[in-house]
Formats: sequence, C-alpha cells, structure tokens
Amino acid sequence: MTPSTTTTSFSVRSQQWREFWFYFSVNKTAVAGLVFLIGVVLMAILADVISPHSPTEQYREFAEIPPAWMEGGQMRFFLGTDYAGRDMLSRIIHGARLSLIAGCIVVLMSASIGVLLGLVAGFRGGWVETIIMRIMDTIMAVPGLLMALVLVAVLGPGLLNAMVAIAITYTPSFVRLTRASTMTELNKDYVTASKVAGAGPMRLMFISILPNCMAPLIVQGTLSFSTAILDTAALGFLGMGAQAPLPEWGTLIAENRDLMLSAPWTVTFPGIAILLAVLAINLMGDGLRDALDPKLKRS
Amino acid sequence: MFKFLFKRLLVLVPVFFGVTLVAFGFIRALPGDPVEVLAGERGVSPERHAELMAKLGLDQPLWQQYLSYVGDVLQGDLGTSLITNRPVAEEFFELFPATAELAICAILFAVILGIPAGIIAAVKRGTWIDQGIMSISLAGYSMPIFWWGLLLIILFSNTLNLTPVSGRLSFLFEVEPVTGFMLIDSLLSDEKGAFKSALHHLVLPAIVLGTIPLAVIARQTRSAMLEVLSEDYVRTAKAKGLSPLRVIAIHALRNAMITVITVIGLQVAVLLGGAILTETIFGWPGIGKWIIFSVFSRDYFAVQGGLLLIAGCVMVVNLTVDLLYGLINPRILH
Amino acid sequence: MALLEITNLTVEFATAHGSLKAVDQVSLSLDAGDIVAIVGESGSGKSVAMLALMGLLPWTATITAAQMSFDGKDLLTMNAKQRRAIIGKDISMIFQEPMTSLNPCFSVEYQISEVLAQHFGGSRGSHKNKVIELLEKVGIPAPETRLKAYPHQLSGGMSQRVMIAMMIACEPKLLIADEPTTALDVTIQAQILELLVELQQANGMALVLITHDMAVVAETADRVVVQYAGQQVEQRPVTELFNNPRHPYTQALLSALPEYAKGKTLNAIPGVVPGQLDRPVGCLFSPRCEHAKDLCHSQPAPRSEGVLCHYPLPINTTAVIQTEAVS
Repeated sequence: MTPSTTTTSFSVRSQQWREFWFYFSVNKTAVAGLVFLIGVVLMAILADVISPHSPTEQYREFAEIPPAWMEGGQMRFFLGTDYAGRDMLSRIIHGARLSLIAGCIVVLMSASIGVLLGLVAGFRGGWVETIIMRIMDTIMAVPGLLMALVLVAVLGPGLLNAMVAIAITYTPSFVRLTRASTMTELNKDYVTASKVAGAGPMRLMFISILPNCMAPLIVQGTLSFSTAILDTAALGFLGMGAQAPLPEWGTLIAENRDLMLSAPWTVTFPGIAILLAVLAINLMGDGLRDALDPKLKRS
Repeated sequence: MFKFLFKRLLVLVPVFFGVTLVAFGFIRALPGDPVEVLAGERGVSPERHAELMAKLGLDQPLWQQYLSYVGDVLQGDLGTSLITNRPVAEEFFELFPATAELAICAILFAVILGIPAGIIAAVKRGTWIDQGIMSISLAGYSMPIFWWGLLLIILFSNTLNLTPVSGRLSFLFEVEPVTGFMLIDSLLSDEKGAFKSALHHLVLPAIVLGTIPLAVIARQTRSAMLEVLSEDYVRTAKAKGLSPLRVIAIHALRNAMITVITVIGLQVAVLLGGAILTETIFGWPGIGKWIIFSVFSRDYFAVQGGLLLIAGCVMVVNLTVDLLYGLINPRILH
Repeated sequence: MALLEITNLTVEFATAHGSLKAVDQVSLSLDAGDIVAIVGESGSGKSVAMLALMGLLPWTATITAAQMSFDGKDLLTMNAKQRRAIIGKDISMIFQEPMTSLNPCFSVEYQISEVLAQHFGGSRGSHKNKVIELLEKVGIPAPETRLKAYPHQLSGGMSQRVMIAMMIACEPKLLIADEPTTALDVTIQAQILELLVELQQANGMALVLITHDMAVVAETADRVVVQYAGQQVEQRPVTELFNNPRHPYTQALLSALPEYAKGKTLNAIPGVVPGQLDRPVGCLFSPRCEHAKDLCHSQPAPRSEGVLCHYPLPINTTAVIQTEAVS
C-alpha cells in the first residue's frame, strides 16, 4: 500500500481501484456474489413496488396454500402462504429490508467502536491497552449467541435491541484486528517520519495508520455483515429478535414452525433466502480478500 | 513451555473476573427493581420486599454485593433456580454431559470429514475438486443452522422416516444415567437396541451442530496446507526422494496442524453457542435448551449461573487448546 | 560416458503475462569428480536448470531438452517413482536458505535418518550410528548431543551443515549446491565451502556449485558456466576464463570485482537483467554491452567458438586480466 503522509493524489487512488477491480473481477464467483447482492439490495429498496401483495395482508381463506408448482398452489401466491394466509413471497421480499438494514447497522456500530478502540489500544499501549483487551477477552469468553441472548434479555426483545446486542459481540474482532495492524504499522518508517515532522496522535492514527489497515478491516466487515444476518435470524427464530408480525426471515421460520411438517414451504423458503443472501456476501468477501491480500496475488 | 502456560493462565484471571462482573451486572441491569423482577407477576408486599432485599443482600452497596457474589462463586454456589429451587450448579452439571456428548460427536464429524477435505482441496488446488469442496464448505457456513436442522428433520425424519425427531433415546428404553453420556450408558445397560437407538438419535443433531465447524475446518486446513506446501522445507522433503504421500501427510500436515488445532479449539467454543439452537430444534435435553428456557421463564439466577459456567467451559477449552498448541509447536516445547 | 549429460535444456513457465523462458538452450556435461560452477546474476536461470534436473519445478513449468540423462538413465522419460529413487540418493541438492529448508517440527536425527531409511530401508532408528558419523563428517562437534536438536535451535552455519549431512548421507554421485553460502555470515561461508570441497574429494562425487560470487568460483571450481538471462553465454575451464574471458558479459563480471575498481568507483555493469516483458530483440546482453554493434541489437547471438556472441573477444588480447585470486 502507498505510504502516505497526507492525501494521495487522485490518479494513484484510481490506479489502485483499477488494480483492485482487475484482481476482483477475475474471480467469477465473487462477481456473481456482488451482482446477487446488488439484486437483493434493489429488491429491498423496491420492495413495495415489486412484491405482489402487502406483507401483512391476511387472506384467511387462503391459509397454508402450497407454492404455485405444487398441487393446490396458485400463481397468485407464488411461494405459497403462511399460517395466517399471508403471501410468503411478499413477506420474504420485505424481510430483505430488515436483514440488510440489520447487517449494515451491526457492522457500522461494531466496526466504528471496534476500530476506534483498536487504534487507541495499539497506539497508546500500557494499561489502556491492557484494559481494553481484557474487556474484549471477556466478551469473547461468552459464546456470541449466548451473550446476545443475555443482552437482549436485559434490553428487551426487538430488532433494534438485537442489533445492538449482536454489535457488541462483534466488536472484539474489530478491536483485535485494528490493534494488530496498528502495532505492525507503528514500526514502519513512514510513521516515524510523520512523528518527526510533528504529526499529533489524532493525525497519526486516522490519517497515517488507518488507511493502511483497511484491507483486513474490509474483509472482516464483509464477514461480519453476513454473520450479522445469520445471528439476527437466529435471534428472530428464538423469539428474541424481530417480533412478529415483522417479516424478518428468522422470525418467519419461527412463527411457522408448527407447520413445519404439514406445510414445509413456510419454513423452507425464508431459510433459502437467508442462505442465498449470506452466500452471496461470503462469495464477495472471499473475492475481496483475494483481491486485497498482496500475498495471494498470483504471478 | 510452562512459562507459556503460566502466562496464558495469568491472562485468564482478569477475564474470569470480567465474566463474573457481566453475570453479576446482568441481574442488576434488568429494568426495574430486582426483587420485583425476581418475584415476577406475583408481586410482593412491602415487608416481604424488605425481607427479600436483606436476604439477597440487595441493600448493601454494589461493590459489597459483587464481592460476596464472587465469594459464593468461588465456593461453588451459583445461586438457586427460581423455577426448580435446585442449586444452579447442580442443574447445570446434570445436563452438561448431554451437551458434551453432542458437541464431541459434532467435532468428530467436523474433523474426520473436514481435515481430509481441506488437504485434498489444497493438493488439488485450482481443479474442480478444490472448487467443489470450497463451494460446499462455503455453503456450509452460510446456512442458518436452525433452518438446516429443520430441513433435515423434514427430509430424514418425516419424508424418509430414517431418524427420530427429538430426544436422546427412544421412550421404549430405560437406561441408567451412569456417566450421563448416552452412548456409554446404553452400552452399559442391559437393554438390547438401546445403543443403536442412542446413536440414531445423535446422528442428525451432531451433523447439524457440526456443519459450520466442518466448513471452517476444511477451509482453514486448505489454506494452512497451501501455505505450508510452498515452504522451503517441503521442497527439501521432495528433494530427498520421499513419496508424495509422505511429503504431504507427514512433512506438510504436521506443520499445518499447528494452525488448524487452534481453529478446532475455537470452533468448540462456537459449538457451545450453536448448541443452543440445535438443542432447541431437536429437543435435546442439554445446557443450550436449559438456558433458553431459563431466559424465557425469567429464571434469572439460572441464567446468571449458566452464563458464568458456560463461559468457564469456553475458557477451559481454550486453555486446553493452548496446551495442545504448546505441545505440538516445537518452538514452544523446546 | 559422462555422468551427467544435458543438451539444449529449455524451461518455460506459464504465467499470467504469457510464457516466460527461464532457461534457454543450456547444455552441460559432467564426469565423475568434476567441479563445475554456474555463475550469473539473479534471473539468469541458474537455479531453475538444476531444479528441472531434480524434478522440483512446479506444474506451470514445461521442460524440453534434446537430452537429459544421468548415469545412463534418461531423466526426460522416467516416471516420478523412478526419479524419486535417484533423487536424494544419487543426485542431491542443497539450498540457499538452510534456516527455512529444514522442517521445524522434526529433530535433526529424524530428518537425516529419514533419507537413509527411504533409500536403504530399515527403520529410522537403525541408522542412528550413521547419522552420528555424518554429523561428525560435516564438522559438527559432539554430534550425539545434536541428535535431538530442532532446527530453530541451530545457527545458520549449523543448519547448513545438517543439510549437507542429510544430502550426502546416501553418498550421491552428484551434489548440486545452490548458493549454499549466500545466506550465511562471511566467516561461515569459507568454512562451508571448504567442507564441500573436502567432501567432494573424499567421496569422489561431482559438484555443481551455483553462485553469483566470482571469488568463490576462483577458489573451488575446475570449470565455469556463465549464464545470463537464461542463456549459457560461456563455458570454460576456470583459469582460462579468468585469464581470458571471451564473452563481454564475463569480462564485465570480472572487471566488476572490487579488486579491479578504478579509484573509488566500482566497474558496475550498467542496466539490469531483462525480465519477462522487456526482452531485447537480438542479443540479450546487447543493451548493456560496451562492445555492442548494430548486428548485436538486431540478431540473436549465435554460438561461435563456444561463446554465445556475435563478436567473441579475441584470445590473448590486451584486455587480459591477471587474477591473483587464482593460485
């Protein structure tokens, strides 16, 4: 990465972008993942427009209708209906919004706090670092889902609280990553040069060091995004996340669980939605990692 | 070597106290008055309220409460369940073997399939075998495991009628809980077919719980092997005229295992969290199911104690992994 | 019959930017007991040629040769299993970085006895005495105490000695040493070189010494092969080469030695070795050659009088360089 003291010129940045895109685009599956993700985002944004029905409207006479291609199904309810007669397809489309928003908020929260703490820990050292790292170790000592559960039990069930709880459990990864990168960068000559030139700690942290730690952070961010969707769904499934009638994908599975054997489509399709979304993000994340990691560049 | 372990132990001490703080703070953080929260909907009269406050030590300053809590914990007293009125520690350890058995089977499944898959993917890098294995493992950790469990139940238990839906043993059998491990206990008992039934019941939950570890272990083994295979000493091994099998299985793998063991250890910690979902789906009477139940039924002491004990298990596992790591990494051992 | 016969060996690598010719029509003939040095800058293909011989190149490499045979056996047509029977036993190779070339997870005894067990059978333990004998041979004091040592406990020089012990364990007919002293301290370098020459004389084995250090060449070799950008530019007996280099590159290499520095400036060769993407049309050395003429820039150099040059330097001219280093 370019050792920078202030800002890099536009041409250098755009060249880095082109080089990055070259390595990324070679990976066909990663590009497929990106395309699919963009599709999901569009679907979420345009949910009101493209979904055939309202996600909350109940067609009582049409409860538990199978998908269109099975016997008894209708084109009107393409993926079938749930226990209350609501169209599965519409609910899943609207659920995309919740999952994507949850993912974004979780990553934003955990990354911003985590990176800040990591920078401070790596930069300051001493007892500040020790305290921060011990707190992070404590959070990591409790399995993520359990910690999130306990936090939600304290805060009360709901999508927002679930997001906060999950974000707290993800923070340690960002802290560790940033701290490790900071410690590596601190030893490098350009940082010493900046210090000698009189740069203060804030400038050093955010302008000199942080841009050079971006690669692993971006990869971790992508991974956390996909895991956040899974964990939000898990909490929703356990009844501690998004509450019914919100069409969050995990909650959809939970509320139709009794119909699992008699109307399996009600639990299958939301799960497939989760799988595809997470898969797309992970594929993209893999591609990102390969493109950003200089060691993996093939000759 | 012992210096290494000692340093690790030293780090654990503040973490242990941190977790006790979290557990302690958990109840205090619950909205509302702790006594009223504990009493639930029944409500308490003012005299009873004062009585309970004193009994639970809630009228003392917070730091004193914390200290007495820690003191209790160190003596093994983790509170009493509000629902069953039994000591939390007792309940926990009664249910622990079920989760342990499930977790062990899940990890065995993950390791026995995952490590060879990773090795093959690394050796056949770039071929469709490699891409196939990597795609499957990617799908494996992109799945919500509660959905995966439900799907397998629908498929195998319902449609194909191959496996039971829930529990550890068919209700037809009566097995003495000697060790708590159903596989062992069923072998020890006189009941014919009990072992087979126990195994039958373990299959699906172990697969579901082990899917994510399997995927992660396969990927990590592959990347560790790839890194090792490009090292100089592998070239030296080949230059000695050793067979490819020996080069891979002994020279390369031995070094790759150093990283993979750490990954396996971390996965065990993840398993304890995943067990919550798996046990809920399969009605498996272990800690996961118990703690969910406690959270929902507002058995706060059980949750508090359970949190501490589970975190304790994770720390023990991590310490064991560190020990193993120290044993196989020659730089630390010698 | 020569021990090693390589004729017109070419190695090409498939890369993202097309095909890279790392070795271009290299020939070498070796008899038992010969010591040949292969000299050249980084990128000259000197290691790659030998790795091709050993079969240690990755799958992206394509190896073609008119002939490549060792001890009467054709290396081009032999299958992997047959090759593994020779490698480590009749042909051995030691590498540049001894610290990373030994497996960190296994002891010294394990790694040396392993090669003995591989080629001579028996369990590793049965070769313990031979291992001690080998360690003594390579100059490791109190060898019994070193048996259980792990590579990270050894110094650079010690590691290289262990490597050498490992690779001469089966008494090979040919030992290839790929820059064995480059990664070591100067004081250790001399010791290791001395050791190699000693072993060569004691065992009567052929030695191929790959190096970029002309002084080392002068000390140890009988014959010298000079390589540039994958091509073999000159091959001569050592005294002749030093007294009367016939290829401009060889002459430039020799005059770049510190001994011939004029005043405070070294006679460095201007320019760099061509990479994959900037190979010159015509003679590969022409951009940097002080004698280059028009023909050199337009036509690839032919092999005339054993030298790859359009205008080989004449024999016995005023450009003779006396070398006190040799003697």
